[in-house]
Amino acid sequence: MGLLSNKNKEVLISPLSRNNPVIIRMLGICSALAVTSKLEPSIVMGISVTAVLAFANVIISLIRNTIPNRIRIIVQLVVVAALVTIVSEVLKAFAYDVNKQLSVFVGLIITNCILMGRLEAFALGNRPWESFLDGIGNGAGYAIILILVGFFRELLGSGTLLGIQVVPTFLYDSGYVNNGLMILPPMALITVAVIIWVHRSRNRDLQEN
Amino acid sequence: MEELLSIFVRSIFVENMVFAYYLGMCSYLAVSKSVKTAMGLGLAVTFVLLCTLPINYLLENYVLKEGALASWLGEEFASVDLSFLSLIIFIAVIASFVQLVEMIVEKFAPALYASLGIFLPLIAVNCAILGGSLFMQQKAFANIGEATVYGFGSGIGWLVAIVGIAAIREKLAYSDIPKPLKGLGITFIITGLMGIGFMCFSGLNI
Repeated sequence: MGLLSNKNKEVLISPLSRNNPVIIRMLGICSALAVTSKLEPSIVMGISVTAVLAFANVIISLIRNTIPNRIRIIVQLVVVAALVTIVSEVLKAFAYDVNKQLSVFVGLIITNCILMGRLEAFALGNRPWESFLDGIGNGAGYAIILILVGFFRELLGSGTLLGIQVVPTFLYDSGYVNNGLMILPPMALITVAVIIWVHRSRNRDLQEN
Repeated sequence: MEELLSIFVRSIFVENMVFAYYLGMCSYLAVSKSVKTAMGLGLAVTFVLLCTLPINYLLENYVLKEGALASWLGEEFASVDLSFLSLIIFIAVIASFVQLVEMIVEKFAPALYASLGIFLPLIAVNCAILGGSLFMQQKAFANIGEATVYGFGSGIGWLVAIVGIAAIREKLAYSDIPKPLKGLGITFIITGLMGIGFMCFSGLNI
């Protein structure tokens, strides 16, 4: 059993596409949509969730045999809330502008269903190292979707990426305009729907009947 | 009174939890297959929001805010700022209320309890509810009445959204949708379209 045996690789890689938490399991959608009008907050949010998820998974996995079954939800919430408080204080200290843009959504990582879902489904039944990999994998799967959505919304909506102008001026001169609709909330849903559409037409076995 | 009415209408239509902030999407997508279950969950969420917002408002203003302790414990507490605890305190209040609702529903509506399944305890992690408390903190309401009305309005807004999408999805079962879009994909697109519809309320003022 090496550190990255086949099973562990599977645990780490499958959430990126086939078991993606957002577009297959419908977890963590709330925040995935709300913060993605720009690329930068999407990246910060992806990293924060990955960090919280990986460490929450490890902590819960370490104490999984001592938690009484009846109160496990509250124990999980406390662990997650403590980690999110740390992340939120760190963001306030080192990335204040992004923290302002994310507003309440950093706090809402607590209620991100990916966390509860992975804690319930994986960390309660597996050893710390596998749980850590599972946390990283699922966090990355979540971050990929966020970054994709953020990329397209910022590119088409404001013509910039990470705040840098990428759509050249001669395009604007010849009549190109930014699509203001992409910045508005409803277009996040439609962007995710398009991602789901593309993903499922490439993986036919994932289609619903 | 006018102020309260304005907050109520705004929280339902303009700042709709689902269409403007995408809060509570997980259960919104998963439990919206039939109108009846959607109605049950919507009412439960409204009830929890209605009860937790005033409690969290009091906690926020008499315990957590900077200097809040001074008003009833004496001047030496004036510099205490407990606001970093607010996430944990809010979620604890919400989790205990959800437990209460769960027991009530299990006792008086066993059929609804069975059909909601795992999503009833998951109201505790429904972002709409914690979101309500966090927005309440951000908006700094003037009194407890405004906070309560905001909670009630947000709950009703969520109820309207989930019942609406459930009704549409019941009809969708008979339509011819491209295979990769079936289920999740089309629900996203419809929610987006409903969101665009709700945007026409954005200038609403009373």
